Amino acid sequence: MRRQIQIRDRWKEQRLVTSRLLFTSVLVLAMSSVLVWRLFQIQVSHHEVFAELAQGNRVRIEPLAPTRGLIFDRNGQLLAENLPAWELVAIPEEITDLPASLQALEALELLDPAERGNLVDAVNSHRRFERVVLANLTEAQAARFSARRHRFSGIDIREGLIRHYPYGDLTGHSIGYMGSISAADMQRIDRANYAATALIGISGVERSYQDELHGTVGFRQQLVNAQGRVLVDPASIGASSDSMPGNLDTRWPTPGDNLVVSLDIQLQLAAQRAMEGLRGAVVAIEPATGDVLALVSTPAFDPNRFASGLSHSGYREIETDPDKPLFNRALAGRYPPGSTVKPFLGLAAMNLNALNPDDPTFCGGHYSLPGQTHQYRDWRREGHGLVDLHRAVVESCDVYFYRLAVDIGIDAIDSSLRIFGFGDRTGIDIGGEIRGVVPSRTWKRNNFSRREDQTWFPGETVISGIGQGYTTATPLQLAHATAALASGARFRPRMAVALQTADSGDVVTIDPVRLDSLPEIDPRHWQRIREAMIGVTEDPSGTALLAMLQTPYRVAGKTGTAQVISLAQDEEYDEEALDERLRDHGLFIAFAPADNPTIAVAVVVENGGSGSGLPAQAARRILDAWLAAEDYG
Amino acid sequence: MARRISIEAGAAQAAIRNPFPGRSFTMDLTLAFSSIAVCALGLVILYSAVDQNMPLLLRQGIRLSVALLAFVVAAQVAPATLRLWTPWIFLASVGLLLWVLVDGAVGNGAQRWLDWGVIRFQPSEILKLAVPLMVAWYMHDRALPPNLLNLTVLACIVAVPTMLILRQPDLGTAALVFAAGGLTVLLAGLSLRVIAALSVIALGMAPVLWTTMLDYQRARVLTFLNPESDPLGAGYNIIQSKIALGSGGLFGRGWLNGTQSHLEFLPERSTDFIFAVMGEEFGLLGLLFLLGLYLVVVGRGLYIAAQAQDNFGRLLAGGISLTFFLHVFVNAGMVCGLLPVVGVPLPLISLGGTSMVTLMAGLGILTAIHGNRRLLVT
Repeated sequence: MRRQIQIRDRWKEQRLVTSRLLFTSVLVLAMSSVLVWRLFQIQVSHHEVFAELAQGNRVRIEPLAPTRGLIFDRNGQLLAENLPAWELVAIPEEITDLPASLQALEALELLDPAERGNLVDAVNSHRRFERVVLANLTEAQAARFSARRHRFSGIDIREGLIRHYPYGDLTGHSIGYMGSISAADMQRIDRANYAATALIGISGVERSYQDELHGTVGFRQQLVNAQGRVLVDPASIGASSDSMPGNLDTRWPTPGDNLVVSLDIQLQLAAQRAMEGLRGAVVAIEPATGDVLALVSTPAFDPNRFASGLSHSGYREIETDPDKPLFNRALAGRYPPGSTVKPFLGLAAMNLNALNPDDPTFCGGHYSLPGQTHQYRDWRREGHGLVDLHRAVVESCDVYFYRLAVDIGIDAIDSSLRIFGFGDRTGIDIGGEIRGVVPSRTWKRNNFSRREDQTWFPGETVISGIGQGYTTATPLQLAHATAALASGARFRPRMAVALQTADSGDVVTIDPVRLDSLPEIDPRHWQRIREAMIGVTEDPSGTALLAMLQTPYRVAGKTGTAQVISLAQDEEYDEEALDERLRDHGLFIAFAPADNPTIAVAVVVENGGSGSGLPAQAARRILDAWLAAEDYG
Repeated sequence: MARRISIEAGAAQAAIRNPFPGRSFTMDLTLAFSSIAVCALGLVILYSAVDQNMPLLLRQGIRLSVALLAFVVAAQVAPATLRLWTPWIFLASVGLLLWVLVDGAVGNGAQRWLDWGVIRFQPSEILKLAVPLMVAWYMHDRALPPNLLNLTVLACIVAVPTMLILRQPDLGTAALVFAAGGLTVLLAGLSLRVIAALSVIALGMAPVLWTTMLDYQRARVLTFLNPESDPLGAGYNIIQSKIALGSGGLFGRGWLNGTQSHLEFLPERSTDFIFAVMGEEFGLLGLLFLLGLYLVVVGRGLYIAAQAQDNFGRLLAGGISLTFFLHVFVNAGMVCGLLPVVGVPLPLISLGGTSMVTLMAGLGILTAIHGNRRLLVT
């Protein structure tokens, strides 16, 4: 009985499988029919259309570059625009002999022979139907080529746009410039979106807001003959064959967003003029928002030279200039902050209850560690006599701060500077920023390889008290920290304040970002330090009295001088005798108006001598420009 | 009952002693002729598609020889023997998949290859054979249609390798491996109601799958839905392949005369898009001839399945044949814009080795199933 069931089951099972096999066979035939129907449709019904597209006449998809967004300053002044220009382009698939073509173009003085290798690489690395921009042409060059157009297969000119910076070298270090798309960029970007674009933001705002400024590529399908000449305009076919997959159509590109940056170009101009002939940097920040009002690094360079395609020799000339115009001193210059750290240390020490600001200290012109003979000198050889915190800041007494440094110790100095942003990137929205150094025991252990160098010495604590030794800061960090002194809060420095969609004109403002590293600080301590900094510019013994004489507003400031070389114990610093490049760096930080600050500024002049000289004078001109403009505005 | 067991046990013992029983050489002429014809045609098209690059062709010729060897050898393995080996084959190939995930060679943003110096292959391709084998093995002594418990086990057999391949990630191969297992289960009598229920679940899973897909995979699906939306990027392939096919017309432009392919408009023309080269140069008639050859292979396979004498043979032969067809359909469908662009080569023609060897081994197994059918009738 059981065996019969078994047999009957197997028979039924076989019938089940067989019926499924039949079912799937029908499915196979049905699917094959669909396939054949589809192939018939493409190969027979639409054959002529496709043959037209493929045979002799080919469809070329021409990418259309989006218009790059414009850049405005905070008052609506145009800082970056697009001007019409002629571009010499190559279509790789239509070129028969690339080196010969390039050589012929060089003979017409349209290309630089030194660029030939790069151009060959560029043409070979693009897809065969993608146009490659070889050079930007002047009107005369374009005319010269047009007359000989028939001799060049696969070379064409087209009207394009060139990036132009109306203020030239005023914005090179902040707005940045454009350059060829590098291999690394190629990995990062959506290549299709850059099919018609040869340049990309290389530095500054142009780089950090590249995606927003760029826009979205468009395209146009065209029928072209074997030489690459356009035969049929898309408008004349398109409509008849909408279901046809190769149909010719056009999608216009979407322009990039316009960008409003925090700079005030008039203030920028004033700052640049104030630094005329000097090497150094100026950063001005609005304390309540972190807006960068001016960012100057001198010597500057003209970004327009890059936009119009800089030749190799031109680039080398800029690169090898001993004054390094391409180097952005404001963001990447390493300067010992010198005495400008004193207000920060004084404030932090009061807050740690490690310092009574009213306790006087005697300054006899030098300081020695207990039990040691080495003398740490004050800048004033005869000393300052009895000084409290106020006088120590006003006159920039070194001995007072040597002692303060030893009292609170290197760990407290480290944290006191870090809460104001020293030793770390401020996070400004343009690239190239460095961290600077706030030295500590840990830092020394991690940054020296030899064991004997890794130990922290008490003497190093002493000089940290006046911002010398290993301590370095960038002008941006100084301005940022000064803004924090002015407003009592840290805001991330920023360039971009708003984006405007090109199509709709909608403006999206970007909110300031508040950083919360500052601890709770007693308002009386703030007041003390601000008053001391006002004393720097107003007290008869203030180090910046002369530079800030008779300002119509009140200024809180601090001078600083940073040694470039260190002197032996018995040597004297003689400015006249020193090589210019070995002279001290001068620094000045300030905010104004002192009771309601609208600007904080840091000035660094390389080899500029004392901070109370050139740097303070430059700051005066910048503050005058800003506060005068404010009064009129 | 007792008798059946003794026969099977006897056969198994014989198989262990000698995997190639001393019978005469087994070969199925229909399968052999049609598949070799496809391979030969493949070489002819490839010659054109790779611009007469002889070293490349020579390497493909070597792969083809290995594939033919696999075909002939597989044809000599008695199905009973194969059945005994099946679990090990399956476990080994899943092991290889794990190996790929841990230490595979990377290409095109996916980790699909194993590089052993001498040989370099794609283990996921082997699963197109190993999964139907395992399904057939599991169901061969169980009642058809499978009950719920067995269905659950079968689902695991199919799902584990599919998931592993998805992780590589390789959407095309994963879909085919899933389909290979699924079709074999379908043959085993999966009720149509279950299929309907699964389809509903699959539709529900689609959004989940969408979120786990990589950007390029999503781009492919979106492009499939509307190729013109991105003619410079992801839609480029499909537009160019349609132009190639369409310009070929009924008779084609003639061998070596396809402009779309030779002027490098057509991407991947020696691998995934070789069907378009064939269509451009040999026209609709050439494609119909090729499809005809494929259908002979598939039809013969389905016939062998119907003639097989145990469930193992029936399910396995049916599964292999249907997978082969699906392979053709997915590739051709993708080239003419019926299906999204997924990386599935054209069987026996596209440049590449692993797929060719496993497909030919599959056809060898079909031959063996047919050739050994009288052994069990004793």
